[in-house]
Parts: sequence; structure tokens; C-alpha cells
Amino acid sequence: MMTYNVIKSILVLLALLVAGGIFLWRVYQLLWANLRLGQRSGPFKQWGERIKGVVVYVAGQFRLFRVLIPGTGHFFIFWGFLILSLTILQAIIEGLVSFANPHFLLPLIGSFGLLALLQDLFAVLVIVAVIYALVVRLIVNPKRYLGSHKSQGVMVLMFIFTIMLSLLVMNGVRINLGQDPLHVWRPISTAVGRIFSGAAAGTQEVIKEIAYWTHLGVVLTFLTELPEGKHFHVVTSVPAVLLRNLEPHGRLPAATDLNGQVGVSTVEQFRWRQMLDFYTCTECGRCQDVCPAYASGLPLSPKLLMMELRDNLKERGAALRAHASNSTTQATQARTLVGDVISESVLWACTTCFACDQECPLFIEHISPIVDMRRFLVIEGRVGTELQDALANLGRYGNSFGQSERMRARWTQPIQPPIKDARREPVEYLWFVGDYASYSPTLTDVTVKTAEVFRKAGLDFGILYDAERNAGNDVRRVGEEGLFEMLVEKNSMALSKCKYQTIVTTDPHTYNTLKNEYPANGDERRPVLHYAELLDQLITTGKLKFSKKLGYKVTYHDPCYLGRYNGVYDAPRRVIEATGCELIEMPRHKDDSFCCGAGGGRIWMAEGEIQERPSESRIREAVKLGKATIFVVACPKDVSMFRDAVKTTGNESRLEVKDLIELVHAAL
Amino acid sequence: MNIVIVVKLVPDLVEELTIDTSGIALDTAWLRLIINEFDDHAIEQGILLKERGGGSVTVVAPDIEGVDDVLFTAAAKGADRLIKIKGDFAGVNNHALARAFTVVVKELQPDLVLTGVQANNDLDGSVGPLLAGCLEMPYIGYISGVSLGEGKSRVHKEYPGGLIAEMDVTLPAVLGIQAAEQPPRYVAVSKVRQMMKTSTIEERTASGLDMAGGPTVSRMFQTEAGQRATMLTGSPDEVATKLVGIFKELGVL
Amino acid sequence: MNQDIYVVIEHLRGQVTEISFVMLAGARELAKGLGGNVVAVLLGHNAQGLTGNPSAGSGQYLAADKVLSLDHPALADFTSDAYQKVLAALIAKDQPRAVLFGSTSIGTDLASTLSIKLGLPMVSSCRSFSADGKFVSQLCGGKIMAEGDLPGPTALITMVPGGYKAEQGQSTQSPTVTQVEVPTLETLRVTLAGYIEPESGDVDIAKEPLLVSVGRGIQNKDNIVLAEELAQALGGTVSGSRPVIDQGWLATSRLVGKSGKSVKPKVYLALGISGAPEHVEGITNSDTIIAINTDPAAPIFGVAKYGSEIDLFDLIEVLTGKVKQSKGG
Repeated sequence: MMTYNVIKSILVLLALLVAGGIFLWRVYQLLWANLRLGQRSGPFKQWGERIKGVVVYVAGQFRLFRVLIPGTGHFFIFWGFLILSLTILQAIIEGLVSFANPHFLLPLIGSFGLLALLQDLFAVLVIVAVIYALVVRLIVNPKRYLGSHKSQGVMVLMFIFTIMLSLLVMNGVRINLGQDPLHVWRPISTAVGRIFSGAAAGTQEVIKEIAYWTHLGVVLTFLTELPEGKHFHVVTSVPAVLLRNLEPHGRLPAATDLNGQVGVSTVEQFRWRQMLDFYTCTECGRCQDVCPAYASGLPLSPKLLMMELRDNLKERGAALRAHASNSTTQATQARTLVGDVISESVLWACTTCFACDQECPLFIEHISPIVDMRRFLVIEGRVGTELQDALANLGRYGNSFGQSERMRARWTQPIQPPIKDARREPVEYLWFVGDYASYSPTLTDVTVKTAEVFRKAGLDFGILYDAERNAGNDVRRVGEEGLFEMLVEKNSMALSKCKYQTIVTTDPHTYNTLKNEYPANGDERRPVLHYAELLDQLITTGKLKFSKKLGYKVTYHDPCYLGRYNGVYDAPRRVIEATGCELIEMPRHKDDSFCCGAGGGRIWMAEGEIQERPSESRIREAVKLGKATIFVVACPKDVSMFRDAVKTTGNESRLEVKDLIELVHAAL
Repeated sequence: MNIVIVVKLVPDLVEELTIDTSGIALDTAWLRLIINEFDDHAIEQGILLKERGGGSVTVVAPDIEGVDDVLFTAAAKGADRLIKIKGDFAGVNNHALARAFTVVVKELQPDLVLTGVQANNDLDGSVGPLLAGCLEMPYIGYISGVSLGEGKSRVHKEYPGGLIAEMDVTLPAVLGIQAAEQPPRYVAVSKVRQMMKTSTIEERTASGLDMAGGPTVSRMFQTEAGQRATMLTGSPDEVATKLVGIFKELGVL
Repeated sequence: MNQDIYVVIEHLRGQVTEISFVMLAGARELAKGLGGNVVAVLLGHNAQGLTGNPSAGSGQYLAADKVLSLDHPALADFTSDAYQKVLAALIAKDQPRAVLFGSTSIGTDLASTLSIKLGLPMVSSCRSFSADGKFVSQLCGGKIMAEGDLPGPTALITMVPGGYKAEQGQSTQSPTVTQVEVPTLETLRVTLAGYIEPESGDVDIAKEPLLVSVGRGIQNKDNIVLAEELAQALGGTVSGSRPVIDQGWLATSRLVGKSGKSVKPKVYLALGISGAPEHVEGITNSDTIIAINTDPAAPIFGVAKYGSEIDLFDLIEVLTGKVKQSKGG
């Protein structure tokens, strides 16, 4: 006759095989079968850096703490999971061998007292964290969860809760029955056990088995559920962080060569590494919370984008594997990825500000698939009229204003003696001025001041005059890769003929692409500086001296392409300090800076259905500070955007927008 | 449906235009030549007709600076054949251009010839009706809509005030396009570059360019500003105040 | 040698178009120097009334020395094939010194083809004639003028408005009308199927006393509302130039210019409009034109009474505010 323990072993084995089988099958489908459809990725180098990343960002849960309390909660759930996984292992092995030894303990681990204590403590911490998480999801319900699969999240939290509770009950009852040699190390379990201490031994055995089966059952159910939806990140988080992109943030990956097609129109045209990102999304919504497009009421949410891409990948993978005669296959193919699943307005809404990529605890890249899909739209000519005009002008005249190249240096006319022509004579600093600073009639006085400041500092500088073209940063981000290449060719050609030591730019967008995306000039890569960095250097070395202390109370807006993308936060602040101004920081500053809304080519597009312009939201934030009267920026497009926003929000009497150079100029 | 589109390149009005030392022609030193905007619409209309009803589109242009880019861009939009006519087209008038086009168009035996209704540097009529005269085909200009039938075409001809005349014309015919049914589509630079590698431009040679029929210019000059407006200066606030004053004077406020 | 100047009168839906009068004025100028007559050529069907209607209030007749009427059912409405055939026969027979056509949807369908067919020289975009009988034409969006001797033996000329006022081509005397035989018109390759009326918009801008008009400088559809607010404050209406209508930012009924409407408001405020001839054609009857454009060389400043180089975006809301203030709103 079969004893209970023999049955137990058989059932555990069966459960393990079924659950394990389902789990492995699903993982195979998702990771291997689907990812195999994707394009090549890599090569992956710098393994030291990568492994360090896993330690800091996975083990250390580093980015999670950016939202402090939920981050701390997740830290405990994560570590609890790791530490308590050994108890799961114990439970499984124990079950499998129970026909021979019902009280089997794992070697070493089973007798490690300190581990037992840690497990007990973490069980409680996890329960507390889970209760907190449930409160957040069910009662607080913050906006970042809008669109996330809340019921799935709640279910998994309930699973975890049950797993922990059943573990404590099982342990507690076992202690009551005297079956635990490490019972002194399990104070919590002991306390839980006391609840049942009144029951008879036989009853407690039954409770123990019920707790055991609950524990194992929920664990195995969770295992099968894991690959579905957002909890798959449990499996993919380590590879995602390990294989994260180590290129400079400001370097967009080149377009994959898809037999002549540029840009992505169906999900299998993404690189498999991008597909891994789609699976890794935990639907936490932190990206959505920091996205300026989402905040302004546009249809883009980086989180929802990832979820849609993930769902589409599953659908498409299944469809491609099924026979073509299957009617569901037709239906999937009728819904195009670009257009139906992800609408064009979602794709055009992105300002490429990098807040989402930076916020994501698992280094998911949201901008890269958006640009890939934009590349497809551009090739298809599915571009709005305003953007079309801007691109046509950039192609024909090298600037989005539609003005002749000969007018580029018109702003220099009043300057005597004339600014050096870098095409004709060697200079130390080649000043790449940029479109907005050259052509926009309202901005040229700032450009003139910049020249005056450079002169005062005794800099040997020159400009490219008519040979300069738009550097192409936003052209690339809009998806016009061919036009970007053409601009790079023209600018590189002009630069190669010049003799200079350093490039200095007025515009952070120009700065970003020249620094990160342009090929090296000849054999060496010469430094590229934003003028804030240059001014900082000049002030530190005493070449630029101020005659007065301005004494203004100012606030500073970190431009996306200077700050988040290239890490330049302190240089402009030192410059502000040097001019004798008092800096009052806005709540969203440094890497939390809130985009003005002009990037990603959006300054060339029609606004769309916007509820609150990002620039207006930012101005209101500055006004709320109360004391700051000057809003300092370090980008010509910011000057334009924020001056408009000050007007449209009616804050002309409270706030004045000034470029950093204007402060420096005034303090000379 | 065999559609031929003839295009020409004209001065880009973005640049400053000056007269050369001869006093009777534009200074070409800084002159940028771009596709005649109306010819661009003609290309778009031709491509639309092909997309709707099938057939082939051939684009023909004189060989002057910038023509390759114009032709490859047309190919990227969907044109099937590209032809450039070699010859000395500097200073050549529309009569000569039309005659040069005539030789090539006759060879192509099209059902429909499209071209822009006018160009900014026309002084001796427009290429479209001149070409129609040479080919002895009917011509209708100011077209903003074309549909094709058996041996004929129904077109929308624009009159002032938004009035439209629906007319039928027997094919083959020449149409002068005012506006394509949708604005000229965008073509990505990479597509044009791809065309440069995969498409070829056929060449023909113009056997002499006969300018008879055009006027002789004795003087060319920049338009005088004439009676200049009274300019208002100052800050937006100041200008606005002055304008309100003017409105009051004129009795509208 | 025949020194007469023939003018091909244009009419549409029973109305003689304004360019016809402008041409008659130009023809008179030319004829004076040459010692010839001004002959109006009127193709139509039962169209005698077009020579001028004394009871129509204006009492204006075609200011021609004589009118040649060519009457045929196929000529009732303009079609290029029929008109071309008739004019070819007439010009070949009469051999006048010059034939004037409008630089319009009607005239340009005819002149160039006749030039080739008859082997006669032509000049287009002619704005006026100089005292010594030279043609003066405009090119390149009105930025360049070209002058030259009138080619011979018969010069075919298309004329644009701007050089003469319509009144100069109108007379209080009814001209003599001579019927001319029309050649047989069969196998016409172009036929009229019908007319499509313009979409009757909410407003007829031709009747509005104040127009706030926007051009390319408005940059995008979202900014039109700024013009609407200003127009509302001033008690006027918004109109636009071709680029704005082509982009779909304003309805076709709001188009001012050659293909759109000719307007005659008290005040025409042109914002971000360069002033290309096709647009200016539609606004010459305005009482006062005020132009705002950041380009000091914009041709609009040549027809405007007041102007400013200020950026329209810097100005517009401030102006709207001040207008509202002055109205006490």
C-alpha cells in the first residue's frame, strides 16, 4: 500500500514536471523562438563593466531607489525572493525524497543557522513590502499605473504573500512538532507556530502538509505564470542589465540593414536585444511619470509602448509559426505594427529627452525603437506637412528656416573686426554656431553677445560661415537617416579642411551629435565643448574675469542634450555662481530636468492636441519657486520655447528668460 | 497609360536675384536652380495617375545643373524612366525648350503629357501650351484634378474665385498642372540615394536650340520698391500702439 | 501694315473679367504710339450684352474703337480648342500688330499654342507698355522686370494686372460691333462638361470691410487662431494666401489672389505674406494695406501703405490686447 509520503513524492515530481515543463516551454517560445526572429545584436564587450552593472543595478537595485519607498519595498521583495528561493529548493527536494526520508534537510544550507534567521526576517519584510505594495495598487493607485495590468500585479502580490505566509506556518508547526533543529534561529516562525500550538499533534501534521502543499502549489503556479506578462522580468532582468547598451547615451544605433529597407515596420525587424527590452518591462510606469509628451496630454506613454510591442511580438511570433491558411494569421498581418498597433501620432510625440531611458530600473531603451519606427515612416513619406517642409529645407538649404546658406553668417555683420573665417585661417576654437543661433531673428543678439564674450576672454576662435550646415542631431532623431548622413558628410568635409584644436558649440543638440555621432576628423578625435564647459574652463583658469557681481536670484534649466545625455550639470552652475548670481533649483533639476518639448524634431511639427505645453509646465514650476526672477537656459531653442511660454502663461512680470551667455556678458 | 512629364529648373527665389553685366539677363554666380514648383506638382499628379490606373511615367528634363537630383527624386517617387536632354540651355527660352522636348516626346508616343502650368522665369509663354502647339495636341491649363478614361481625360480647370470647370479632352493631350490632387509627397534622402545607384538616366541630344518666337530683351532690372510703405518701428508694444492709432484714423476702431 | 491692337476679351459666366479692361487700357497706350485702332475681339454666343450694359449701373462699355463679334454655340463658354481655332483663323487673316491675351486660365491656354501654330512671336507676363512702345514684363515672383521692343510682325502678348486700372479700359460710349464669320467647328477635342461652384463658405471675403490675412509666415495651422482672435477683436475676418489654403489651414473660400477672390476691404492687414504678384492681384482694390513681414525686401511693402519688419508672433497678441482695450473689452 502506498503511504502518504510515497504519494507525496510522486505528486511533487509530477507537479514539478508539469509546472517546470510549462515554464520552460513558455520561456522557450518567448526567448528563443521569438527572439530568433529578431535581427542581429551586439557584439557585446566590456564584460567587467557589464558584470559590475549586474551587481549595482540588479543586486543593488540601484535605480529603484529613485522613487524611494516603493523602491525600498521592491528591494526587500527582491532580496527576499533570492534568500527564500533556497527554502523553495528545500521544499521541492524534501518533497521528492519524502518517500525515503520525510524529514530531509538540504546539506549545509539545511544546517546554516544564520541563513535560517535571515530567511525568517526576510519573510516578514517581504510580507510588509507586499502589504504596502497592495495598498499602493488598490488604494493609492498612482497615475503611473494607468494602463498597467493591475489585476496581474495584485494576483502576483497575493501569490507572494501566500508563499511567505504558508512558509511561516509550515515552519512554525514544524517547530511545534520538534522537527526543526534550527528552531532557535527562527523566532518569527516560532511565533507563528504558537497560533497552532493548542492543536493536537496529528492535526498539526495535517496543517503542516496543507501549508507545504499551499507553499509548493503557489510557487509552481507562479512559476507557470511568470513568463506571461510583466513578471517575466524576473527571468530577463539579469540578461537585460548584463547586455545593456554601454555606448554614450547620445549615440543612436545605426539602422539595421533589412535588405535595403530602412526602419522597422514589423516587429521581427527589431534587433533581438530590443525584443528583450519589450519582455523586460515591469509596467512600473516610472518612465510614463517623467515623460513630457505624456504629461502634455499626447498619446505617447513609453510604458504602454513597451507593452504593445511585447504583445505584438508574441502575436506575431505565434502567427508566423502557424500555417498561413490559419485565419488568425491573416488577421494579425492585417494589423500593421506601425499605424495600427502603434499609431503615427504616438511615434511623432516623442521629444527624445531621455528621461524614460534614464528612469527605467532595467535600462530599457524606449527611444531606440521609436526612432526605428520613425525611420520607416520617413521612408514611406508618412510625414506631416510641417515636418516635410522642414526636412525639404534642411535638404536643400542645410537649415530648417528655408533661408539661403549665404544668410547663415548675416548675424556677424555688425561685428568689428570680423570674426575669423575658420575655412581660411587656423583657429584654436572652431565655433559651430548652429541653425537657431544663426538664423532666428530673435536669437541673434544672444549670438552676438557670445562672440563678444569670446573676444573679451581673448579666445582665438573662428566660424565656418556659409559652409556650416545643420549638424543633424534632430534630423537623425526624426528618422531621416539619409539626410543625416548627407549633413554629416557636408559638415565633416568642411571641418576636415580647417585647422583647429577644439570645437565649441552654442547648441546642446549640435554638441551631442558632433561629440557622439560624427566620425573622428582624420586620425584624432578632437574635443567638442559646449560653451558652458568652455566658459567654466576660462573662469577657472582666470582667463575670463568678471567686473561685477550680478546678485540676481536665478533658476537654471538643464537642457536634455547637455545634462541627461552628456552629464554636463556642474559647469553651467559654476558659471552662474561666478557671475555672482544665487541659484535656486527647481524641484525637477539636473537629471530630473523637464524637457521644453522642442526636441526630437517636435519644434518642426504641428503641436497636436496638447493639454499643457511642457514649456509652460516648466515655467509654472519656476514661478512657484517665488524668489527666482530669471530663468537661465543654455540652449537657443530653450530661449525661444521658454520666452513664448512666459508670454502665454502671463508671467512676463515675474520671470525673464536669459541665456547663460547673457549673464556672463552682463557681468564682464 | 503612357504618361510623360516634362520639367524645367528655374531660379530659386530664396536667393537674392541680380542682373549680370550684360544688363539683359540674371547673374548666374549665386543663382540656385531648383525644380519649377508646378512641374513638381505635375510629377506628383503623374505618379498618382499611375498608382490609380497603372501605366508608366517618364520624366524628361534639360541637362542643366541640378537635373540629376531632380530626376532621381522623381524615380524615388515612382517614375519609371528618366531622360535628360543634353545641350547648351544657358539663356535658352521656352520656345527652344519646347522644341527640344517635342523631339523626345514624339519618340515616346505618350497618351498624356503633364507639365507645370507656368514657371517663374517664363517670358515667352509657358512650356506646356508651346509643347502642345508643336505636338499638335490639345492643351488645357490650370488643372487641379485629372481622371483618365478610354481615349479621353476629364479634368478640373481652375478659374478665379474657386470656380472650377469640368472639361473633357481627347487623348493624347498636354495638361498644364496648377496643383496636384495632393501636395507633392516627401521622399527620404536615402531613397533618392538608392535611386542614384539603381536607376539610370537616359540621354538624348538636342540638335540645335531654335529660339524663334521669343522676344528680345533690351533691359532687365530689379523691380523698384516703388512707393514704399511707411515703416513702423519699435518694440511690439510700440508698434501695436501705433497700429491702434492707425486703425482709429481709418475709422475701423 | 495693320497697326491695330487686338484684345481678346475674357468673359466667364456672363461677366467680362477685369483683366479685359486692363488690357484695353494697355492696348490704347500701345495703339497711340503706333497710330492704330484698339479692336476688342469677343468670342461667345449671343454675347452682345458683354460689350457693355448701360442699365447695369456702371454703364461701362469696352473702351475699344470697334468690337469684332464671333458668334457660335461652341464658343458660348471658353474651351481652348474651339477658341484657338477661331482666333488662329482671325489673326492669320487680319494680321494685327499685336494681340493681347489675359495671363489667366483663359488667355494662357491660347497665346503660346497660337505662337507655335501661326509662327508668331510672343511675350508673356506683360505689365505695361512704355512710352516708346516697349513691353515691360515681370518675372521671378515680381522681383525682376524685363523690357524690350515689341516683336513683329504680330506680337502675341499675355498681360498681367497692375500696370493699368480697369477704369482706363472702360468707356461711356458703346463701340461699333461687327460680326465676323466663324470657321466650321467640328471634331473639337476639348468640351465643357459643366461648372463646379466654389464651396460657399461661411463668409464672402470679397464683401468684408476688414481682413486679417495670413501667409506662409503663420507657420502652421495651430497659429491661425491668433489671427482669428485679432480679426474678431477688430470686427473683421481671416483670409489667406495660396500656401495657407494649399496646406489646408484655411478653407478655399478664404483664398485671396489670382486663383481666389479679389477683395476690396477698407483695411487689409497682411501678416507674414511676401506679396507675390498672384496674391497682390487680389488686393489692389483695398483702401489701406498694412503689411507685417520680417523680410524688408518683401514685395508686399511696395503695395502697402504701412508696414513693419517686426515678427508677427511678437506683435499679434499684444495688438489683439490693445485693440480689445481700446474697445473697452
